[in-house]
Amino acid sequence: MIKLVARGQASVKWGYLSPVLAVFLTLIAGTFLFWGLGKDPVLALYTFFISPIADWYGITELLVVAIPILLCAYGLALCYRASIWNIGAEGQLLLGAVVSSTMALQFVDSTSLWAMPLALIAGMVGGMICSGISAFLNLRLNCNETLVTIMMNYIALNTLLWAVYGPLKDPNGYNFPESALFGDSTLLPILFEGTRLHVGLLLVLLALVVVWVFMSKTFLGFQIKVLGLDKPAARMAGYKETKLAVMVFLVGGALAGLAGAVLVTGTTGQLIPAISPGYGYSAIIVAFLGRLHPLGITLAGLLIALIFMGGEMSQMVLNLPRSITGILQGLILFFLLSCDVLIRYRVVFTLPRFLSTATQGDK
Amino acid sequence: MDINLITNILFAMILTGTPLLLVALGEMVCEKSGVLNLGQEGMMLMGAVAGFIAMYHTDNHFLGFVFAMLVGMAMSLLFGFIALHLNANQVAAGLALTIFGTGLSAFLGNDYEGKQITVLPALVETELQNIPIIGKALFAQNAIVYLSWVLIVVVYLFFRYHRQGLSVRAVGEDPTVASNIGLPVMRIRYLSVMFGGAMAGLAGGYLSIAYTPMWTEGMVSGKGWIALTLVVFASWRIERIVLGAYLFGFASIMHLVAQGLNWSISSNLLAMMPYVATLVVLVMLSRDKQRLKLFEPMALGKPWHKNS
Repeated sequence: MIKLVARGQASVKWGYLSPVLAVFLTLIAGTFLFWGLGKDPVLALYTFFISPIADWYGITELLVVAIPILLCAYGLALCYRASIWNIGAEGQLLLGAVVSSTMALQFVDSTSLWAMPLALIAGMVGGMICSGISAFLNLRLNCNETLVTIMMNYIALNTLLWAVYGPLKDPNGYNFPESALFGDSTLLPILFEGTRLHVGLLLVLLALVVVWVFMSKTFLGFQIKVLGLDKPAARMAGYKETKLAVMVFLVGGALAGLAGAVLVTGTTGQLIPAISPGYGYSAIIVAFLGRLHPLGITLAGLLIALIFMGGEMSQMVLNLPRSITGILQGLILFFLLSCDVLIRYRVVFTLPRFLSTATQGDK
Repeated sequence: MDINLITNILFAMILTGTPLLLVALGEMVCEKSGVLNLGQEGMMLMGAVAGFIAMYHTDNHFLGFVFAMLVGMAMSLLFGFIALHLNANQVAAGLALTIFGTGLSAFLGNDYEGKQITVLPALVETELQNIPIIGKALFAQNAIVYLSWVLIVVVYLFFRYHRQGLSVRAVGEDPTVASNIGLPVMRIRYLSVMFGGAMAGLAGGYLSIAYTPMWTEGMVSGKGWIALTLVVFASWRIERIVLGAYLFGFASIMHLVAQGLNWSISSNLLAMMPYVATLVVLVMLSRDKQRLKLFEPMALGKPWHKNS
């Protein structure tokens, strides 16, 4: 029989191994899933995980997908470190996209150098408005942050729909729910000729370094960690609890809003209703899978981006719906939570009861 | 504002409030046993897709609803295993359930988008339906609406008068004490979680079989989350859950009201109403932290293992 025995101390080793094991188990489950769907598992796994990044263009596409996910996940990780269950990255991303598009549309015929930076800043402001409202409701009015942020997600989604069906709709767009195409001055420059990889990648790298240094090298980062691990201790030490919480909310919102801005100015070049296939929700998985550490998150984000691309690829090649992406993402999180039990518990294999009583009887 | 409009609004309010009522009822029982399952949205989606598929192939409403409930229960067992057996963080496990359910339901329902099924008719045809204002709301509803009314009474009586109702509450207040006096904490929690799953599944099935009736990806659109708020709003009391569910039902049909009154507001903005209403309710409720804590099951959301 299998028994769980509590460890005296949380295992550091399993803290690192658990995500790896979870990914491995997800791969096994995925193999069975493909097999069950009547596809050759080897071909399916190749199509899903290898073929999207088999060439240089594929790798740049992977990075394009990873950019918004990573930006959201860095921000979420800050919140989760403070034990704030902010799941509003999706809404902050969407509102960021709307505000950024509104700004970008002011510069359609302009060649101003300010156009692109202003569009990005507008996106960050949009995200911060969204997360700021959540922070206010959570911290001043005591509302549960999970429920508040999820409601803000739906409100932001409907704001986006309202915008593309109403004020931001392209007047020459044959009544499609899309904004006009942005001018060249607002579009993010492409990094490599012939690909879609834009300077958003540099913003991600910048965010990675800043968040990393902030988390591990600054006193504020330390305070956030303490607040998350032991609230009474943080209070005793005189840390400004509310101030810290507001800060992580706003930073998270700014990063998610930036992700939205990067999506409209870098990837699509206009505002469309389906601007995000749930990047903000995937970022939650990424943050946990990356153990709330910027480096881990970066790896996890690339993996989830690969799963997004694998979904597209398997739709084209294997004729499977792309929603298989969502199943694999859910499975990863399930397996991660299950494997995390190994951090706090040891698994002990014991003989089944009838056997162990038999051996006792011999004595 | 003519009589007909009011009649229809009352009818639609109850029709729309019913899935919220069902989910909130299930989640309330679950939370009374001390388990916080944030996966309602995922379970509802799975119930919706499962019910629709069963209904599509058998053309039997009853089978559709039963299948929806079974699938909801299966999903809740998945949550139960991770949250209760493996002692994972219940918030994270619930989120995982929602993400998984969203993906899996989209996958399973892929071939069923836009398919047609037979509409679930009103349970009975009587002359009473012609009573102005309340006739349609009370007598022209489908079977699940009446079932939800029966369930309200059953759950109320269960917690008020039945021994086991008291056991569930004991487990939710203090599992250690409950275990010491010999209550099977794990079994009670599992059963409560499963009841929540069955209700969420039924509510999902109601949406895809009776309410819309069709399947579209992500069709639950936050109702599971709203139901979670509803339980807090009701401070874990049934009569308030009923009131809250129908109030939210009203907020969700604002577009009907607007049409009837000839308001010209963007339908996308009106679609925001239930979520805004949820936030407003949350704010009103949460002002007093002490009062909220007073009604909350004491062990809510806290992992518990025997001998630990």
